[in-house]
Amino acid sequence: MVHFSAEEKTAVTSLWGKVNVEEAGGEALGRLLVVYPWTQRFFDNFGNLSSASAIMGNPKVKAHGKKVLTSFGDAIKNMDNLKGAFAKLSELHCDKLHVDPENFRLLGNVLVIILASHFGKEFTPSVQAAWQKLVAGVATALAHKYH
Amino acid sequence: MVLSPADKTNIKTTWDKLGGHAGEYGGEALERTFTSFPTTKTYFPHFDLSPGSAQVKAHGKKVADALTTAVAHMDDLPKALSALSDLHAYKLRVDPVNFKLLSHCLLVTLACHHPAEFTPAVHASLDKFFSTVSTVLTSKYR
Repeated sequence: MVHFSAEEKTAVTSLWGKVNVEEAGGEALGRLLVVYPWTQRFFDNFGNLSSASAIMGNPKVKAHGKKVLTSFGDAIKNMDNLKGAFAKLSELHCDKLHVDPENFRLLGNVLVIILASHFGKEFTPSVQAAWQKLVAGVATALAHKYH
Repeated sequence: MVLSPADKTNIKTTWDKLGGHAGEYGGEALERTFTSFPTTKTYFPHFDLSPGSAQVKAHGKKVADALTTAVAHMDDLPKALSALSDLHAYKLRVDPVNFKLLSHCLLVTLACHHPAEFTPAVHASLDKFFSTVSTVLTSKYR
């Protein structure tokens, strides 16, 4: 199980407090679909994904990105028990959505990159390290119930 | 995976805008890699890896210079990076997984310092570029 030090928790929560979840969610999901186009396979009913600008402006992408990142916010409230917090979502992603857990790792890294672009110097190597630990923990928790 | 003409333009344009800071960014990317992914430190037992290390900065510049060469020779990376490819295959033998980790930290570093340049399309092109360079550097492994 992942253990976060007090410093790591602070690094995560202090940055999270300044994140516009709606905007960042849309950006994260959008960039995932642009940078790793094969991830579009889960979103056939999202309409126009034909170019980077189409993807980033797509209202379904923005809405779904907000949903995903809001859920990520729940992780931050439960950093000591990610597996418990994501048990139901893990079952959903396996049994209903059939998402390869590799996609959780890809999205986590895209999120880290977005935080870097928003926070610049504030996103120091040690702040990044705390976030890498969190996104890895979330990816593992979401994959935990797969069978 | 192929670098399109648009990718090459994105990469060249972005690299030119780094304004001589490429060496510094190389060092920062290494520091980020060591901090976020401690297993990568196993390749540098002979280095001082503490923050601000002169060895890490120097090594970061080496990496950045090699990437600058790669940017200038995107139409023939295997030839331009042949010596480095030999080095990584026969001497350094860095496990291929680590190229992804450093590539990610290079993207993080560039996003930190040049957020305005780092559009989704540029992000995609750079990710492809680092992935292509990594493939060339591991191409002679077996």
